[in-house]
Parts: sequence; structure tokens; C-alpha cells
Amino acid sequence: MDLKNSDHILISAPPISPIDMMDVSDATAGGIAIFLGCTRAETHTDGRKLVALDYEAYEEMALKQMHDLAVAAREKWPIVKLVMLHRVGRVGLGEPSVLIAVSTPHRGEAFDACRWLIDTLKKDVAVWKKEVWEDDSATWVHR
Amino acid sequence: MLRIKVKLFATIRDAAGVNAVEVDAHTVADAARALSQQFPAAAQLIARSRFAVNQSFAPAETMLGEHDEVAVIPPVSGG
Repeated sequence: MDLKNSDHILISAPPISPIDMMDVSDATAGGIAIFLGCTRAETHTDGRKLVALDYEAYEEMALKQMHDLAVAAREKWPIVKLVMLHRVGRVGLGEPSVLIAVSTPHRGEAFDACRWLIDTLKKDVAVWKKEVWEDDSATWVHR
Repeated sequence: MLRIKVKLFATIRDAAGVNAVEVDAHTVADAARALSQQFPAAAQLIARSRFAVNQSFAPAETMLGEHDEVAVIPPVSGG
């Protein structure tokens, strides 16, 4: 059986659902780690409030990168199932924009793999966020 | 020189006003130089950006072919 068939990797606009998070459950997996990255309310130094984040992806590349990350993570940890979702388009405050869910035989591996996947995704994957402020101005974030 | 289409994203796309531009280039470094000249307002960000060739990060010395898919990847901010 090719376990990679169970990887669920997607870039899409709709909200992330609890069903996506449980996609990794499996009788051989004793631990599931789920990470949700959510948009956080911010106030600009000049007092304006953030109203939403707009995400854009170079989709062909980002998907390829996410698949490569899944392969690399499977070389490091005994991953049973894996879900990586990133939203594009407008994401309201407090809503998840990214989901990483990993199941492994034991919990330590699940935490480690999940942490590595989100950290590496944030560093390399071709996705950008634009901060949308209450006065309709918007600024791309390039760290 | 080859005529190379370069995909643009985020701030660089907004500065250019289009999703892609054509530049004359043999290498990734040539493409970066041509883009910076074409869009001086984005030159600083282009200098901080990586390039992708066929959806993988490619160093400056990478030789380009006419069917390669080239893109400027400004510092990412997903998650």
C-alpha cells in the first residue's frame, strides 16, 4: 500500500472544516497532532484596525512544495496520514487559514512532524498574505 | 537573448500592474536585473526575492530555456 495516497494536500478558498482535521484518524495511529493557523486581530501603529487577510498562492508551485514537504516529513517520522490545507482569498479574523494534521503511532512524533511542517511551510511555500485595514487600504506582508 | 515570460505575485505584481511580463534573459540573474530596470519601484523587493524555475527555487546562475516557467517569489507570508 502506498501511504502517500492518504495525504490530503489542498489549496482552496472554502473555510476549513472539522472533517478535514479528522481525515488523519487511523487504527494504527495512537497520536494525532492538529495545528490551525488563524488570522489574528491587529491594530496598526496609527490606530487602524485589521479587518481581514487576503491570501494569494502561486498554486502550482505551492502544491508541489507541500507535496515535497509531505515526502520529507515521511522520511523523518513514521506518519500514518497527513493533511495540509491552505486557504486562498479572504479569511476573516479568528478564522483558520492553514491546517496541518498528522497521525503517527505515538504522540511525540505527531507533535514534532506537525511543528516541522508548519514551520517549513511558513518559510518556503509560495503563499502571500495581504492585510486589509478598516479604511480599505491593504498591505502585502513580505517578511 | 531569449524572451522569457516571468510570473509576478503580491507586491511585485501590484507594482507592475500585470500577472506576468516578458524579459530578455539567459539566466535567472539576467531576468532579475531586467525586472528591476523595468520596475524600479519594486527593485528593492526584487533584490530580496527568490526566483522559481518550473516551480522550484532556482539560484541566480540558472540557465533559462524558452519553455521554462519562471516566477519571482518575494518573501513568502503564508500560514
